[in-house]
Amino acid sequence: MGEAPDPIIAAKRKAKKFNAILATVAIVGCLLLWWLVSATGLINPVLLPAPGEVLSALVQSVRDGTIWINTWASLLRVLEGFLLGFSIAVPLGVLMGNSRVARGLIEPLIELIRPIPPIAIIPIMILWFGIGELSKVFIIAYGAFFPILVNTMAGFREVDPVLIRAARTLGAGRWQIFRDVVLRSALPFIIVGARLGMGLAFIVLVAAELIASSEGLGFLINDARYNFRTDRVFLGMILIGVLGFVLNKLLIEIERRLLRWRTVTA
Amino acid sequence: MAALLKLTRNDAAVHQPSANKVHIEGLAVRFSEFTALSNVSLDIADGEFVCLIGPSGCGKTTLLNTIAGFETASEGTLLVGGRPVSQPGPDRGVVFQEYGLFPWFTVEQNVQYGPRLKGLRGGELQKISDRYLSLVHLEHAAKHFPSQLSGGMRQRVAIARALANKPDILLMDEPFGALDAMTREMLQEELLKIWEVERRTCIFVTHSIGEAIFLADRIVVMAAHPGRIARVFHNPMGRPRNRTSSEYFEAFRVLNEELRMEIAAAKQAERGGE
Repeated sequence: MGEAPDPIIAAKRKAKKFNAILATVAIVGCLLLWWLVSATGLINPVLLPAPGEVLSALVQSVRDGTIWINTWASLLRVLEGFLLGFSIAVPLGVLMGNSRVARGLIEPLIELIRPIPPIAIIPIMILWFGIGELSKVFIIAYGAFFPILVNTMAGFREVDPVLIRAARTLGAGRWQIFRDVVLRSALPFIIVGARLGMGLAFIVLVAAELIASSEGLGFLINDARYNFRTDRVFLGMILIGVLGFVLNKLLIEIERRLLRWRTVTA
Repeated sequence: MAALLKLTRNDAAVHQPSANKVHIEGLAVRFSEFTALSNVSLDIADGEFVCLIGPSGCGKTTLLNTIAGFETASEGTLLVGGRPVSQPGPDRGVVFQEYGLFPWFTVEQNVQYGPRLKGLRGGELQKISDRYLSLVHLEHAAKHFPSQLSGGMRQRVAIARALANKPDILLMDEPFGALDAMTREMLQEELLKIWEVERRTCIFVTHSIGEAIFLADRIVVMAAHPGRIARVFHNPMGRPRNRTSSEYFEAFRVLNEELRMEIAAAKQAERGGE
């Protein structure tokens, strides 16, 4: 009951190891297939560069420093936009989750605006704020905003009334109930919203960079396309994938730390 | 053998009013058109163990919730420790059937929650949680999360948490209802041991006759349509109690008969109401 039984942990470790092997097989297999296809020469190497060429493009971009400049520009943008969206969506979600009046006033507006995809607001943002950082950060914030808001709101409706009663009988006041029960119950939902929001922020980031930018991974891809440097196009795509993967892992790690009570082994 | 179970309608005659921890007189609770409780009068002495029992719809949980402060009285008097009840408070500890433990706090943090709200910190908190966790034999689970515990262990944590806040009275709403029979009996025995040490006034809702007889000094039998007190039995059994004694079986028989009558009456009232 209390102590975690060892055989289960051992079995879990074994499963984890097995999954790691499978993942390695899949990735190596894909690279091998890519290499084979390009080695046969069936596909024009301008359209499908060999893995080796993409690798040398990587080495070159590390040498001339363009990889850092562009990755850093994209990372900064996505984080700024995400944090802006997050810091508006969470308080608003809290407000809407706790006040019927606030929800009644804001929800219709949200429902009207939400179907407008972030891509669709790019032109007006560029007209209003120029093609600099500000417009891109706003577009990303807009993309991240809705999933975070909707999930935060849902989280506040999921509070177990028994826990509120328990807190009240233990002497908790309104603020303490909010801090120790309501917010804690909503936290898993807020984190789910944050992960969805980060995913969207990423999509929007690249879209905004493809349309107008002078640095960033989207810019890198677009610039390489104009020069028919498909090796660099591929490099840009892979870098975006890696960056998104790392950011998602980061959020999962934050989730694991904040919600340790949910993941402990029974 | 009705002599074994003394029947009283007037509790004030048995208990000195000054010693009463809970004083209820002419209490009614209504939810819009529905009358959940009507004309309930009951006095409970300091340190007494009272069980509320009755058919579903008799308002036993409503009565407990009203004492806890979750529901408000529509009419009548409800005093706990001489003060009228208007909202939940730390003077009345509650143990819920669904445990009500905070899943994001460890066992220890759950037990410390009430004292922490009172402003206690550090070593004092540790002392309190150590004491109450050892009272329910869960010292070893202090750092676990509730999700890692069995139902019986969770309910022991809930009892420790309620007691650690030093309430005047302990209100329990079918706390062992979700547990298997063996765990249930074990926890009943543990609860009695704790009660003998702590001497808190206990009000315990159950639908198990055996549980009521094993635990209570007095058993309040409630009736439905509208929810009210039908009878109050004094439990003549001494302590410690034996579940296989003839006294126990006799008390069981009498109470069982009474409850059957109430359930039949409730059914008839339901049919008549249609």
